[in-house]
Amino acid sequence: MNTTAETPTHCAIEMRGVSAGSMRDLNAVVVEEVNWSVAPGDFWAIGGLQGAGKSDFLMLTAGLMAPVSGTYCFLGEEMPIFEDHRLKDRLRLGFVFENGQLFNHLTVFENVSLPLRYHHNLSKAEAAAETQKLLELTELAPWADSTPGAMARNWQRRVGLARALMLRPDVLLLDNPLAGLDLRHRAWWLTLLEQLSRGHEWTNGRPTTLVVTTNDLRLWRRTARQFAILKDKHFMVLGDWKQVEAASDALVRELATSSLQHD
Amino acid sequence: MQKGNASTFDSPQVRFVLRMPTPPFFSNFVGRKLFRFLLTIQGLGAFALITLGVMIKKFGAARRVIQPLIFHEISRSGLQLLPMFLFLAAALGLLVIGQTVSWATRFGATQYLGIVMVSVVVRELGPLISALLVLARIGTANVVELGTARAMGEVEALEALGIDPVHYLVVPRVIGMAVGIFSLTVYLIIAALASGYLWAFLQNMPLRPGDYFSQLANSLTGLDFALLAIKTILFGFIISIVTCYHGLAQPLRLEEVSYATVRAVAQSVIACVLIDALFIVIYIAT
Repeated sequence: MNTTAETPTHCAIEMRGVSAGSMRDLNAVVVEEVNWSVAPGDFWAIGGLQGAGKSDFLMLTAGLMAPVSGTYCFLGEEMPIFEDHRLKDRLRLGFVFENGQLFNHLTVFENVSLPLRYHHNLSKAEAAAETQKLLELTELAPWADSTPGAMARNWQRRVGLARALMLRPDVLLLDNPLAGLDLRHRAWWLTLLEQLSRGHEWTNGRPTTLVVTTNDLRLWRRTARQFAILKDKHFMVLGDWKQVEAASDALVRELATSSLQHD
Repeated sequence: MQKGNASTFDSPQVRFVLRMPTPPFFSNFVGRKLFRFLLTIQGLGAFALITLGVMIKKFGAARRVIQPLIFHEISRSGLQLLPMFLFLAAALGLLVIGQTVSWATRFGATQYLGIVMVSVVVRELGPLISALLVLARIGTANVVELGTARAMGEVEALEALGIDPVHYLVVPRVIGMAVGIFSLTVYLIIAALASGYLWAFLQNMPLRPGDYFSQLANSLTGLDFALLAIKTILFGFIISIVTCYHGLAQPLRLEEVSYATVRAVAQSVIACVLIDALFIVIYIAT
């Protein structure tokens, strides 16, 4: 089993010896010594049990916290990026939270349009056309004037996705996006992410680099192209699905073939 | 909120000092309280400076998003509280005049009614009552709203979108509350002075409106207006900083929001009284 992926010339994400802390306790270390490279257009699925540190690792990848040690470069620039003059680089990265983390006092329309309005200094009316397009793409148009609290969880997740897609990011990180979704919504997400990965009309045909975390690797066997797991504070690159199936590690087999979980 | 790093309570060294088992001596208790007090001052100072820095650095940035939020906060901390303040102003006029008239008439000192009203209502009670009422109505709401947003991960969501949480959540509240308290105090004072005369008139006090208002005008100086503006804006700034700090700057769980609210109210009241005392010294000195 590889511990380091191949390093392309221009990496979207490149980590060398990175250790990640926890959002709850910044001094705790949840993942150690990560060496990982993600090429533009890659589609990664990172598996792990609950509490393995997937969310914390993804938040570190999103630049929401600094690495405890090691170096992490996003599109060639060291992360985290907080300086205003590097905001453009930062906005090339989108993040979808597991629980949506929507702004509950705003309507769906306002939630989705907020990044566009804030970063381009637009009024609601000026952002309406673009937002409406995205709401239709994500089938959220009927909910535009509702607040997140009035929606089912399946739809709240889509609002989180639409908000992250608003600025057409080059790299999209999704924290356990399929957890708790019904089959119809799950199929919709897989189809859309597949299209984004290949190049969607919304991103002007440009392939989006995707990284998702999951408790069940099997859900991603047809869509993700590279797999990794987090186990005992270690990040292990597995390769493609064939290599996942061939892996002898007990946790990989559990996440990839468990008969207790169903499609 | 990591970049601002105003959350001074969260470092392991600080947590160790605050929670380490020490013998139950009074000096330990006092020392720990003092340490906690100094940390709070440090945290609040850092948060205030960060907010001021953001206000200056991002002045005019994302205007079409931030400006409506500022107007909303001015409406919430000002306009929507106006009916309550007018009622209170009528009561304040009655309170001050009702008490003063009987004494002033007894000693034949009705010519001092205007001075009493200016000293009590304009310089002291007006600004302080306005600040405390806005704290009770809006300051507490700030802590609950921001504390819940923090606990629900909305602050991380803003950061993930490249939006500065201080710019989006704190700056409108600071400006809104400063403008709100200033405006409400002006209305409160005008209404209290008018209602004061009304109560004096109803008590058959031999005082014509012209005399009453000329007493008021003679008692007021330009400095009163300047200090009133500075004092009320300072009240608004301090209350919004303290309440936003307790809601936003420290990691919170949902169950901690109520404790944060209580702390914020207590600290805001203390801060307002201290500022008021400072202004009394300034009034005396001038």
